[in-house]
Amino acid sequence: MEELFAPGHRGCAGCGAAIAARLILKGAGKDIIAVSPTGCLEVISSPYPQSSWGVPWIHSLFENAAAVASGVEAALRALGREDEAKVLAIAGDGGTIDIGFGVLSGMLERGHDVTYICYDNEAYMNTGIQRSGSTPYGASTTTSPAGKISFGEDRPKKNAPAIAAAHGIPYVATASIAYPKDVIKKVKKAVEIEGPKYLQIHAPCCTGWGFDSSRTIEIGRLAVETALFPIYEMQNGKITSVKKIKRKPVEEYLKVQRRFRHLFEKEGGEEEIKKIQEIADGNAEQFGLDL
Amino acid sequence: MKIMEGSHAVAEAVKACRPHVISAYPITPQTHIVEEISRMVADGELACEYIRVESEHSAMSVCVGASATGARTYTATTSQGMALMHEVLFNAAGLRLPIVMTAVNRALSAPINIWDDQQDAISQRDTGWIQLHAEDSQEASDMIIQAYRIAEDHDVLLPVMIGMDGFILTHVYEPVELCPQEKVDEFLPLYEPTQYLTPKNPLTFGPIVDPSMYMEFRYMIHEAMGRAKKKIMNVASEFRDKFGRYYGGLIDTYEAEDAEVLILAMGSVIGTIKDAIDELRADGKKVGLVKVRCYRPFPAEAILEAAKDAKAIAVLDKNISLGHEGALYTDVKSVLYNKGPLALGFILGLGGRDITKSTIENIVAKAQKAIESGRVEEESEFVDLDQEVL
Amino acid sequence: MKLSIGAVTEPGSTRINKTGSWRTFKPIIDVEACVGCGMCSMFCPEGVVYEVEDKYTIDYDYCKGCGVCAHECPSGAIEMVIEEK
Ligand SMILES: Cc1ncc(C[n+]2csc(CCOP(=O)(O)OP(=O)(O)O)c2C)c(N)n1
Ligand code: SF4
Ligand code: SF4
Ligand SMILES: [Mg+2]
Repeated sequence: MEELFAPGHRGCAGCGAAIAARLILKGAGKDIIAVSPTGCLEVISSPYPQSSWGVPWIHSLFENAAAVASGVEAALRALGREDEAKVLAIAGDGGTIDIGFGVLSGMLERGHDVTYICYDNEAYMNTGIQRSGSTPYGASTTTSPAGKISFGEDRPKKNAPAIAAAHGIPYVATASIAYPKDVIKKVKKAVEIEGPKYLQIHAPCCTGWGFDSSRTIEIGRLAVETALFPIYEMQNGKITSVKKIKRKPVEEYLKVQRRFRHLFEKEGGEEEIKKIQEIADGNAEQFGLDL
Repeated sequence: MKIMEGSHAVAEAVKACRPHVISAYPITPQTHIVEEISRMVADGELACEYIRVESEHSAMSVCVGASATGARTYTATTSQGMALMHEVLFNAAGLRLPIVMTAVNRALSAPINIWDDQQDAISQRDTGWIQLHAEDSQEASDMIIQAYRIAEDHDVLLPVMIGMDGFILTHVYEPVELCPQEKVDEFLPLYEPTQYLTPKNPLTFGPIVDPSMYMEFRYMIHEAMGRAKKKIMNVASEFRDKFGRYYGGLIDTYEAEDAEVLILAMGSVIGTIKDAIDELRADGKKVGLVKVRCYRPFPAEAILEAAKDAKAIAVLDKNISLGHEGALYTDVKSVLYNKGPLALGFILGLGGRDITKSTIENIVAKAQKAIESGRVEEESEFVDLDQEVL
Repeated sequence: MKLSIGAVTEPGSTRINKTGSWRTFKPIIDVEACVGCGMCSMFCPEGVVYEVEDKYTIDYDYCKGCGVCAHECPSGAIEMVIEEK
């Protein structure tokens, strides 16, 4: 199959966002127009005069991908070119879940035929690993550092898929780059559904999370297997599929990442790990993840 | 001729330009424009995608996406909305997208104030947008049609905003001549983008540019601004030939030829100034006007030419660069540096404060005093300040 | 090169940037052990592991040596060796 995300990009060796981009384009095909906000994927893929994108692609600003995508989609309709391309947004968690959240809400509410995909690396990587609304509880970032009295991020990860679903949109799904066929299948399905779609794809970042570049996929898999990143689909507000797992304790996921190291080294860390286990238990219960 | 509200005259012109995508967010006193456009869409009079966004930032972002896809786009805003758009305005210009916007003029908060001044548009000066200012409803309407011709020209490819004083023009009923659709279609051909988002030619828009080339891209916008000057003048003349109305090119003048005192201003205050000049001329005072139609690109050559034989020029600013002076005044002084007349700056009309004929007469008197003494005593001053409450 | 209006640029043009020079470790595929499952190709962040007649081969012009392919190969057919420069 033709590679629509070209090599030569500036992503770190082992970059999960680059893997996500490749898989997304495999699912969506070449007859699309893609919009990305500012962030790692944008920066690594478009150093002028070069571009990794084999599909028409536009970057405007950090918070407006959903509005730019709305404009692209509206233009295609107004120009009678709606059969020419499906519209995608491919955006980081910061651009999606924080600064662009109101903009995304507007796009979902207005019913644009756009597939909005958040590649979730759980912090602002492009600017140096600062926390985002998608940073999980207990993770140390450069703006929520573990310190003498801090255990890192002190708020749970924002449940963006649930909020997207609350807009009454036809399709919401989560996926992980560790399950590439699932990503491709869901993207393919999403672009075929008419109306606004929201996908959140877990995309581990070796540089920001602190693990060896070879382990990007393994870490992604562990997030799913510990129930910290549940994989499911929602159609018209109802959960229609869930990836069942043989559950592992959260330590297995936490201990292999530098961002959680303090939980194992600092006094009181055990308590924090317990809280994270509770989050995982809650996910397992809510989605019926356990095999 | 029809008696209609200024906002409706603008909406009619927008309709005649057949935009593909309109996106806007309501804010006083821009509301009547977007409400009228909404009505046109609801009644099936205007076939376009009208995107009702959740903010002005998104309104401009929708225009960016649509314009990059090859659509003709329109939006309108004012004041807080324009400030919220600020970031996207830079982006639209840098991407070289010929978006057209009505920049209804209104003061900025705090304190919140919904009335007219031009601080909002002036504060967008360096965004890379061509900035025109209308004197009356007729011009605000006609400028829409001219603006698309200018913006979409392949030698220009820059967005255009049209300043229109809030309430004073947007909400006032005036006789307006609308441009017949067939003539607009002849004057304004379909937008032909040089490059747009399509899988048929999958280009990348908006890449990151490093220090080795960024300056050159800024220079290219600057050059396009320069080319726009001629285009703006040509389009104004072509418009006159087609529709019989002319408002000047980059600037217009009134009684300026033999004037000793020139008043330089932009926007709706021009009408008041002309009335004052008529009276002053009747008293034998040699007073004239330079109306700035185009604020960016700044018509330096035209202003110098118009002002070179005057003895004093009084610059009226409905804005202030706080801590310095009015923005127009700074520009005019830089143009006249070491040449031409004495220049005096006046800050007035902020937040909807009335500018009357007597205000203008007082300004002219001050300019005459400067001529007599051969020097400017107070470079920049606030006009009609209520000292009692300070 | 003349600059384009609005910095618009050509598709797939990062290909001129040969990221193979970043490599410290080099993946070597043992074609005998390779079962042709294609997971390496699916996961490679650079998209430079290609199928050639049911087996896989790496374009070293771009391979950054991240080791994902070797780590994920279910039959252990890829070995990371120190890059000789
Ligand atoms: C308005 C604005 N605020 C802040 C920034 C700085 N900024 C650029 S990218 C970024 C973080 C991107 O994070 P995310 O969306 O998660 O993408 P990632 O880099 O993690 O892939 C920030 C804070 C900006 N470009 N614009
Ligand atoms: S910091 Fe993370 S997301 Fe950014 S390029 Fe490196 S691995 Fe990819
Ligand atoms: S080492 Fe990394 S970059 Fe090289 S082929 Fe394997 S997965 Fe691709
Ligand atoms: Mg991120």
